[in-house]
Parts: sequence; structure tokens; C-alpha cells
Amino acid sequence: MDSNPSSAETAQKSIYVSSEVTNAAKILVVGHFAVGKTTLIGSLSEITPLRTEEKMTQASVHVDDLRGVTDKTTTTVALDFGRLTLSDDLVLYLFGTPGQQRFMQLWEDMARGALGALLLVDPARLEETFPVIDLVERYGLEYAIAVNCFDPAATYSEAEVREALDLLPDTPVVYCDARDQQSSAMALIALVRHLLERAA
Amino acid sequence: MTTPGEEAPVTSDFVRSYVITGGRDLPSSEELALHTLVTLAPGRTLPLGAGPEVKAIWELCAGGYLSVAEVAGHLGLPVGVARLLLTDLSEQGHLLRRAEPPRAQNVDRATLEKVLNGLQSLIG
Repeated sequence: MDSNPSSAETAQKSIYVSSEVTNAAKILVVGHFAVGKTTLIGSLSEITPLRTEEKMTQASVHVDDLRGVTDKTTTTVALDFGRLTLSDDLVLYLFGTPGQQRFMQLWEDMARGALGALLLVDPARLEETFPVIDLVERYGLEYAIAVNCFDPAATYSEAEVREALDLLPDTPVVYCDARDQQSSAMALIALVRHLLERAA
Repeated sequence: MTTPGEEAPVTSDFVRSYVITGGRDLPSSEELALHTLVTLAPGRTLPLGAGPEVKAIWELCAGGYLSVAEVAGHLGLPVGVARLLLTDLSEQGHLLRRAEPPRAQNVDRATLEKVLNGLQSLIG
């Protein structure tokens, strides 16, 4: 894949995966609302991150008086994702996955074939991470914690994060700046090293 | 994504999806994973009566391999709808598919090592 977007022609061609690529891997980037999932994906993706929608049907509390039945409403969930060519024959897709429990159907879809999950955490809103941890564990996904720290001075120590989130001793905890490509790559590296250890 | 017997509210968006899919149930991710790569098979002719969405998929996929999710994203289609239309085209022999994930959730060590090496090459 030509990664030099110097001409319009190159940019247009680069929407496609290189013809030698035979293998596609998927890693989920998960976390609560507005934690920085799309930012992290954008800092790593070789394509402009794409957004697509999945429609979810869910029971609504609203009751239609005329028919006297409980309504179902269709919620649209936006999925942001990016792509990264990692070798001549391998591309990696990063899928941002919302952490709400009510999107279980979506999670089943997302978890299938995923190598693991990078779980982004906002240190100012640690409690919002609990339901997300429940979800990754329910779907049997291996994960690493990436503390997205916009302000390093305001953040908790690793020990505090581990204790607050009740993590297993071997669950990696890294600090990252989701806006920075190198920092985001290092967070993914911590995850993949963990996956390799678990696969051993 | 309604299951039989359920009712979804009728919105313009809903009607649009319904028309595109002919009201059929959407296939599950078992059929076609989000990161499965697809492209148009060589020497195929656009089916007669193909709708505008199928035509758009046809043109997009003629250019090379893209994941199912990318096809949906580029064309502004909900993932489920794109998956259904791609499944149809695939069953009719119009598509080549690559990189289908294994059904079992087994972690492939060689892939993990490749991913690790690729990521490490990003950091200086």
C-alpha cells in the first residue's frame, strides 16, 4: 500500500486494501461515551476513519395507549472504525465499540473474530468503566487498560487504577494520549503482547 | 433488525432500509464478518434489475478489496443492510471473499506476532 498521499490519484487508490493482503485482523477499541475511542482510531488509521450505523431494536418504556402494547424502538448505534496495513499481507481493523449494556446484539457481532480489546479509560470517570469491563469479560475478550490522560498531573497512579477497577494482576495498564499516533500504537502493543502471553 | 413478531416504528429511515432489503431479515455476522474482505469477481455482469444500492456496491467493489464495514461506511448504508446485499452478491457468485475469520475464537499466534511487529514498526 502506498502510504504517500501526495497526489489525488494516490489518495483515491488508497481506499482499497493492497491486493497482496490475505489476512484481516480486528481489535476492538472500547470504552464509555466520549472517552476518546474515535480519536485513538483516527491517530492510527491510514484511511480517514469511517462511520457506519447498526440498527438495534429494543423494548421501550413508552406504551402506546391506543394499542395497549409495549413499543419497540429502533436505536441507531454509530460505529467508527479505521484500518492499518501492518505487513504485505495483513491489515488490522480497529473498531470503536460503545460500552452500553443495551447494545448486546452489537457486541456479539463485534466480538466475533476479534483478537482482543483495548479498553480506554477516562481517569476522571473511572466508575463509567465498570459496565464496559463487564461486557468484555462476558464476551471472553482479552483486554488491556489504556488510561487516556489529557492531563497527566490530574491522573491516578497505576496502583490506584488497578484497585479502583479491580483488575487481575496480569491485565496490562498503560497510559496514553489518544491524539498521538506513537502513544496509541504503544497502547496497542501492550495489548498484543498480553494476547501473546495468554496464547502461549 | 427486527425479529418476527416485533414491530419497529415507521420512520423514513426505516422505510428506506425496508425497501432496499425487500423486508427480509438481515443476515447475522456468521454469514459475513465486518472485517471480511470482498471484491468483485472478474468478468461478472451487473444483475438485471439491480437497485441503486447494489449498483453502488458493484461500482465500489470493482476497484479492489474492502472490508464489509468499509463498503457500508463508504456508501452510507447501515452495516446490516450492506451485509445482506453483499451476501446476495456473494451467493450469486459475483464476489470474491478473503480473510474470513475462523468460526472458533482461537487466537492465532502467527497473526498476533505479525500484528505486534507491524505496530512496533510504527514507533521510532
